[in-house]
Amino acid sequence: MTENQHFALEARRVTKRFPGVIANDQVDFTLKKGEIHGLLGENGAGKSTLMNVIYGLYTAEEGQILLDGEEVQINNPHNAIDQGIGMVHQHFMLVPVFTVTENIILGSEVTRGTSLDLTKARKDIQNLSESFGLHVDPDAIVEDIPVGVQQRVEILKALYRDAKILVLDEPTAVLTPQEADDLFQIMHKLTEQGVSIVFITHKLREVIDIADRITVMRGGKVVGTTTPEETTKQGLAEMMVGREVLLEVEKEPAQPGEPVLEVRDFVVRDERGIEAVHGISFEVREGEILGIAGVQGNGQTELAEALTGLGGGESGELFLGGEKMPQKDPRKLIESGMSHIPEDRQRHGLVMTYPLTDNLVLCTYYQRPFARGVQRNKRAVLNNAEKLIDDYDVRTPGPLVKAGKLSGGNQQKVIVARELSRPLKLLLANQPTRGLDVGSIEYIHKRIIQERDKGAAVLLISAELDEILSLADRIAVIYQGKLVSIHQAGKFSKSELGLLMAGSTLTD
Amino acid sequence: MAISQSWKRYFKQWGALTVLGFFVIIAVGYYYLKDPQITEAVLASAVRQATPLVLGAMCGLIGERSGIINIGIEGQMLMSAFIGFLVNVWTGNLLLAVFAGVSTGALLGLLLAFMSVTLKIDQIIGGTVINIVAVGLSGYFYQVGLTTKGKLAPIPLGKLADLPVVGRALFNNPPITYSAIILVLVVHYVLFYTRWGLRTRAVGEHPRAADTVGINVYLMRYVNVIIGGGVAGLGGVFLTLEAVGSFERLMTNGRGFVALAVMIFGKWTPLGSWGAALLFGMTSAIQTQIQFAGTVNIPHQFIGMLPYLLTIIVLAGVVGKSRPPAAEGIPYEKE
Amino acid sequence: MSEEQNQSSFLANLLDWVLRVLQAVSVPFVAVFLAMLIGAVILAVSGASPWAAYSALFKGSFGSPEAFTRTLEKATPLVFSGLAVAFAFKGGLFNIGAQGQLLFGAIISAALGFAIEGLPAYIHAPLALLGGALAGALFGAIPGALKTYTGAHEVITTIMLNYIAINTTDYLADGPWKDPSPSNIVARTPKILETAVVPDLGGFPVGFLLSILFAVLIWWLLQQTTLGFEIRTVGQNPDAAEYSGMKVARTVILTMMISGFIAGMGGSIETQGIVGRYQPGFNSGLGFEGITIALLGKTSPFGVIPAALLVGAMDAGSSQMQFSANVANEIVDVIQALILFFVAADVIIRWLLRIRDEGDVVKLTTGWGK
Repeated sequence: MTENQHFALEARRVTKRFPGVIANDQVDFTLKKGEIHGLLGENGAGKSTLMNVIYGLYTAEEGQILLDGEEVQINNPHNAIDQGIGMVHQHFMLVPVFTVTENIILGSEVTRGTSLDLTKARKDIQNLSESFGLHVDPDAIVEDIPVGVQQRVEILKALYRDAKILVLDEPTAVLTPQEADDLFQIMHKLTEQGVSIVFITHKLREVIDIADRITVMRGGKVVGTTTPEETTKQGLAEMMVGREVLLEVEKEPAQPGEPVLEVRDFVVRDERGIEAVHGISFEVREGEILGIAGVQGNGQTELAEALTGLGGGESGELFLGGEKMPQKDPRKLIESGMSHIPEDRQRHGLVMTYPLTDNLVLCTYYQRPFARGVQRNKRAVLNNAEKLIDDYDVRTPGPLVKAGKLSGGNQQKVIVARELSRPLKLLLANQPTRGLDVGSIEYIHKRIIQERDKGAAVLLISAELDEILSLADRIAVIYQGKLVSIHQAGKFSKSELGLLMAGSTLTD
Repeated sequence: MAISQSWKRYFKQWGALTVLGFFVIIAVGYYYLKDPQITEAVLASAVRQATPLVLGAMCGLIGERSGIINIGIEGQMLMSAFIGFLVNVWTGNLLLAVFAGVSTGALLGLLLAFMSVTLKIDQIIGGTVINIVAVGLSGYFYQVGLTTKGKLAPIPLGKLADLPVVGRALFNNPPITYSAIILVLVVHYVLFYTRWGLRTRAVGEHPRAADTVGINVYLMRYVNVIIGGGVAGLGGVFLTLEAVGSFERLMTNGRGFVALAVMIFGKWTPLGSWGAALLFGMTSAIQTQIQFAGTVNIPHQFIGMLPYLLTIIVLAGVVGKSRPPAAEGIPYEKE
Repeated sequence: MSEEQNQSSFLANLLDWVLRVLQAVSVPFVAVFLAMLIGAVILAVSGASPWAAYSALFKGSFGSPEAFTRTLEKATPLVFSGLAVAFAFKGGLFNIGAQGQLLFGAIISAALGFAIEGLPAYIHAPLALLGGALAGALFGAIPGALKTYTGAHEVITTIMLNYIAINTTDYLADGPWKDPSPSNIVARTPKILETAVVPDLGGFPVGFLLSILFAVLIWWLLQQTTLGFEIRTVGQNPDAAEYSGMKVARTVILTMMISGFIAGMGGSIETQGIVGRYQPGFNSGLGFEGITIALLGKTSPFGVIPAALLVGAMDAGSSQMQFSANVANEIVDVIQALILFFVAADVIIRWLLRIRDEGDVVKLTTGWGK
């Protein structure tokens, strides 16, 4: 009758508020049957909120949801599942110690008598995975299988529940470019079989490559809907950020000097005691940025923790400014001129319940002028905070505000301020811009290059290939705990780096 | 390949305990040949001493498998022991008294669930509240000199009770000891083979994953903690109605805490906890035996310390580390 | 900025400060009130008159100078055990073992008090106090070391160590250190010598002054020193503490040692200032009441003092209550348990009073593993 029937899913004027923010403000969104619809936006633009409303995890204050043209009430995930909506969350919703089968059937279990019927479930899953080309071992324990396969389990979980609409939230964040291409093929296969897909991302290339239509959100509102044919990367970027953005960072060529950090035959074990880094050697010189590219989970986290003295280091030598460093002694490293922007800012970087004043002297609290003998000097601590907040443009009501009250971008600025405010020889920046808005990313990139130009050695670890490409002077690729190659930036194209990150060797 | 993998897993988790159990069996065999009567008596005593511990451990693991740490087992047992005792004194009815005790435990379970799931206060502090409340209430309402009207008596299971070595220990027990053994098997089945068990474990490992497939995390936690409380309550009434026949202030004497160590020793599994509880029970039984025999001249205070020392050793991980449910202790916040 | 503005902002700050203090104090007050209310219901249910019971309780604790002295005496070791628990809380540790540390402190101070002769009081008394405190510190270090080196959770290890402490001190008081006087048939040590006694000065126990001094000291340590900063950081976020170069393992052990030291000092004071010897059973409950006191005092050293006075007053008045209102003195335990409940579940009170601020939350639960 009406054209509504074309839409598998339609959201009308959805509004969702959180204390202090409107996460979705009168959002309209339509999903055609069998299409891949890219939903693009920065962190905090409201993409995930919208999808969580559709999936019943949040309840919207206003607005309607229509499926196949009919209004529906979705109050919890159960309703959504019953209506044929499936969601693959950015952080997988899998129980690590369960088998693949147990994870897939959880919540929709088949039973025989009082017992779970695992035999039938296993067979159903096998059939399902064959018909969609999603190969998994139903008896594998989830924590033992690679991330890419875990993602397949997530997709199977949705299909097992007869999902007709599939929401994929930042599905490529944890994948190599090649794995991402595999995923895109699977997505096409799914749409051929009548599944409609919402593909949430902040990566411009991906939406242009794969989406049939693209909707861009910013600040909780829909900016517009377009198609890949009608737009360009630059156009999408400007829609996303709301102003002109530089996709490239401006920097002068590096002028490397003496080696500052030398790492020899580093072997590191992870928290479970399994060897995660197998004998890595490299050096970083003053005035250069060495970028370590790699997909999450290839040993970067362990390498960074061992280099900064947080543990896991099994054997190998570490020299900082020519001096050999002991294992597991962060203070010695800090005093020898290492600064560290940690991967997990809430876990390592900040004490959320402390005011900014204390967080800004977290590594230097015992030194003059912040302490005299055993007695702390709170006046000096406060002055320091006031100065750094000003210098580093931290948006806060005041220096005594608790760190947990700030936005992610400002929390990261607090860490950057602290780490760059003391004399440093080496800056180790591990995923320094993960989850931040474009403004903060630009700012932090600028600061990192400034430090390089002032003569510091910078070791940048990042899973964002674009970040590595735009900042690094030399690029190393880490794959399964080994450095695959180290070369001048510019030697490899993006796709070649992608292949290296996936473990292929380049034959040239 | 697959088989050797699962054996590896098994040995990694259970290797130390299996070896330990093997030695215990050899030792029991050796002493049985030397002195069958005393060995049988010690075994029987071990099974009964293990009963409150295994029930406490079962309470702990039902809760923790769903993500709630229960440090209030001691208080749940104490209060249940007391209420069961009072009801028996008033009515003279043993069954009613057991029921009252179990309900008391469940009610305190409800309180714990309310504090940790709804109010989201720190679970260890919540459990401590229960312990202190139980000590206070049972102490205030207790009157000296009361004894129970009757005690739960052993029911020999026909010929089985006459079997050598294990007959007396396994097949000639009072009802709560039997129930504890049956409960171990039931909890094992429910936890690992049913829908409820799968969901409980999911809620304890990754509540958000459970939430996203439509499982009510709060409800699962409430129900599990309440059931666990009932089980602890059964352990409590064991003390007054089956073991002693009267109530004393603070009579649980730390069993609720030892039970937690038993649970950890048993790696959060019912069968493992049962094995661990038997080991603890054995220690107590031997200790009693030593005191009776009077052959060794050690001050009784030092013998009395043994279970507590053993608990510390167990916790210090001398027998290998194990992994608790990942989400335990963390209140679940629906976003 | 003009003078006027300055003044008005000062007034606004003052008002803000007063409001904050009122808000901070309101939760404990309401908690005590609700607990007394429910206590009254329990009393009524069990057939006693709540009015008679509470007025006897009050008379027995504040009704006369002697009663007030008794309250102060009861409160003195409680300030210490409350401080011990609160201090450990600041370091992210739950020291349920204050009881055991206190017992060791009490018996070691008794031993030093009766066994060493010929010292002047100004050396003997402090020596015995310190000896007990050190015993508590050593005993407190055990769960700290177990936690750092094996991952054994301090909650269970400290409880187990309490039982070990009870058994050990029982043995000592009934064995090698038993009072040898012919009239004695119970387990207890001899009386300490006059020179080891911590006296009352005109009805005011010197020990209580000492406890206030300790509270100030602990406050200074936590808030004004680098060590205190380390302890609090380890308590709030051990990962960040390690990241910043603090020695987490050492800090955890040190925190437990200091906490044990304070608890042990409480035991010493109990022996030297009140009981005069070590006798098993005389100190039971002090360590557990420390938990209630620490939480009632919002884990602040200065909050602990009024909280300990309240609990001490209840303990002091309970015998009068038993005597003149014929109410079992365990009702005091019930009321204290209820206070603990309402302080821990302060969400309820915040909701009743419509307080928005989440306040300082004590977070300890992290599972039994690492």
